[in-house]
Amino acid sequence: MTILVFTLIILIGAYFAGLLGSLTGLGGGFVIIPLLTLVLHVDIHYAIGASLVSVIATSSGSAAAFVKEGITNLRLGMFLEIATTAGAMCGAILATHIPTSYIAVIFGLILIFSALLSLKKKAENIVREKSYLAEKLKLSGSYPGNNGAIDYSVTRVGGGFVMMIFAGIISGLLGIGSGALKVIAMDTIMRIPFKVSTTTSNFMIGVTASASAVVYLQRGYISPGLSMPVVIGVLAGAFTGSKILVQSTSSRWLRYIFAIVISALAVQMIYHGVTGKI
Amino acid sequence: MTKFKDKDMQLLLGQVLRAGTIISISIVFIGGIFYLVRHGHSIANYKVFNGIPDFVQHPSGIIYGILNIKGQAIIQFGIVLLIATPIMRVVFSTIGFVLEKDYMYVAISLVVLSIIFFSMMTGRAG
Repeated sequence: MTILVFTLIILIGAYFAGLLGSLTGLGGGFVIIPLLTLVLHVDIHYAIGASLVSVIATSSGSAAAFVKEGITNLRLGMFLEIATTAGAMCGAILATHIPTSYIAVIFGLILIFSALLSLKKKAENIVREKSYLAEKLKLSGSYPGNNGAIDYSVTRVGGGFVMMIFAGIISGLLGIGSGALKVIAMDTIMRIPFKVSTTTSNFMIGVTASASAVVYLQRGYISPGLSMPVVIGVLAGAFTGSKILVQSTSSRWLRYIFAIVISALAVQMIYHGVTGKI
Repeated sequence: MTKFKDKDMQLLLGQVLRAGTIISISIVFIGGIFYLVRHGHSIANYKVFNGIPDFVQHPSGIIYGILNIKGQAIIQFGIVLLIATPIMRVVFSTIGFVLEKDYMYVAISLVVLSIIFFSMMTGRAG
């Protein structure tokens, strides 16, 4: 296969990965890594490197708008980034030491888990009672709603912080944004309204991915020829996705299809990992 | 001068993120065109991991490559800028918190920056 054909295939694949990723909120890495490793037989380390780069691009691109609108909670994001960047660094170092077949299996398991999670309906919870740590760290905030600003508080800061360390490790190990895990930490544990948790998670993903990308960069795992079509494709797809999302009211059917596709890819990854083909 | 507020910080960070993404992706795109024009008909090989070409691994090599219009070096420069964008965002937040005189968050931001810096160092140590 010539580089031209190879690049075009990745560009198209990455476009759809970015499109699906933004429509379902899971991120492009979920499709791009199986595409590169299973279909195009790219070494998983290269695939993770390229995926991380595309994760940074989509996160920065979309976070820019949310930050300006004032939905993102900057202090909460910054505080939790201590946990995610520390985790990401550990994950990236771990990835260079454990066998690729293990990485494939873990990837598959996290994939299935995230797909199932994306089907869960998100509840808009507003907590008013104030926890000591949240007060101390000034984590409470407000975001623009339909009828003016909506105030909210944050609880169980410690639990959320620990979950974020885990999300960071997974992100650095597998080259994904692990947005699903970040949203669990913020939605389920810290009880943050989901509009705030989704945008703050997005905002944090860029820094988390950068913390591990610097490790991959130094080890020579970020290949320019491969990253180029991946990052351009994913970003273009994510951009189209965000345009569609504004127009359509429900993406529920899409989530089901995506969950099925993702699970099928996950089973393939696990199978290849267990049989030692990756 | 009026006091620097959260609202100003939101606008500043939004601009840093947007500018960083647009600039770096444009550079990756331009590099991609040069790369495909020159190497488009070679055979792709990513099956086995054997590192990346030496000239895109080190800053000096990347600069040399850009001066000689090597597509891969231009792409890699764009990618380095892209990776630096969120890190610059943290740097600007730190400055913002200093202007707001929120010293607890200045400290928190500095912890995040030192973790990233430490991460860079461990990567180099191999």
